[in-house]
Amino acid sequence: MNVLMILLLVLIISCAVCVAFTKNLLVAAIVFMTQSLLLSLVWILLESPDLGITEAAVGAGIDSLLLFVALKKIHAIHREHGSRTKEADL
Amino acid sequence: MSRLTERLHRMLHADDRLDREMAAEWEEAPAGKPASLPPEEVNPDTPAEQPDWWISVPFRQGRGLRRLLVVLSVLLCVGIITVLVITAQYLPHFGQAGNPANNEVSRRYIENGMEETGAVNIVAGMILDYRAFDTLGESNVLFTAVCAVMLLLRVSADKRRSAAYQLELETDDRMYEPKNDLILRSIARLLIPCILLLGMYIILNGHLSPGGGFSGGAVMGAGLILMLNAYGFRRMERFFTIRLFRAVTVCALSFYALSKAYSFFTGANHLPSVITPGTPGMIFSAGLIPYLNISVGLVVCCTIYSLYTLFRKGDL
Repeated sequence: MNVLMILLLVLIISCAVCVAFTKNLLVAAIVFMTQSLLLSLVWILLESPDLGITEAAVGAGIDSLLLFVALKKIHAIHREHGSRTKEADL
Repeated sequence: MSRLTERLHRMLHADDRLDREMAAEWEEAPAGKPASLPPEEVNPDTPAEQPDWWISVPFRQGRGLRRLLVVLSVLLCVGIITVLVITAQYLPHFGQAGNPANNEVSRRYIENGMEETGAVNIVAGMILDYRAFDTLGESNVLFTAVCAVMLLLRVSADKRRSAAYQLELETDDRMYEPKNDLILRSIARLLIPCILLLGMYIILNGHLSPGGGFSGGAVMGAGLILMLNAYGFRRMERFFTIRLFRAVTVCALSFYALSKAYSFFTGANHLPSVITPGTPGMIFSAGLIPYLNISVGLVVCCTIYSLYTLFRKGDL
């Protein structure tokens, strides 16, 4: 239990650092989502399943969804391969 | 220093034209272009209302200012972390009996919670009975947030009717949200009933097992968003319109407020209450808690879904 807890906490901290240092905003949002999922596991290990459910639903689900939509709204998501874009332009 | 202040001033008060000029200057000198912003293909048909450079204009002002900003932000972070760590030294140790968190309030909640509120899930008993007023404030905060987002992001009716906007919307959707996606639709057909059912279970069982209105509402809202992405706006608008949103949220919030006002007059401080806790463990027990859970869940579900649609399309 203790080893799992330490592992989770180390992963959470590394995810948080990764979010700050990632150049790609989409990748940053996904890493942020991962951090929320790990945090919900920590809540369950701390015997508060209520917070675990809420963290998983809001932190990992809704927060990252809204981040994706906001990134799209400010045109920060770029498509790497242009095949579909050209198709849509026609 | 005066150059810096002048730059800051320009940065803060630059109007659109100035921004455009500076961006044009920047495009001419590609040496210091940040690697994270690849050039986007501009579609000549649609008017460029929000060019992709506008967000990063402050970072293109020059290297010196950028370096200064980095140094300042690192200093600020280190300062805040130092203060927090020093403060954390004064906190009592985790989980000890003499901690201030273990006072008579939490003891009363833990010992008498089940018989006083009738809720097996003690968290639900706390947030929807003892502290129900806080939860009402929380739901109102969510509702206010959606109202503010609606004020900011809602597209006016004239613009929505214009052909150019419709065209932009169509191409936009085709680019980022493929319509008639077979994989997405098949998976969504399997998943959406499960997600909605899980959300309803979390809400309705909130006083018996972990969960409650907020988390169940969030799960249901996520299911609705998946449905929207799989089937598109036109099908969702058949049942989820702004009138439905308005009716559901206003009814749920006013039911919550009225029922809690009722318990102010009847159930507080040793006055006898008509609503009894019932048998703990039954589905119809715990007084008003299941109904309050349902209303909170409805508000959260509608709020989350409409936040998404407001960001995506600018309307419900």
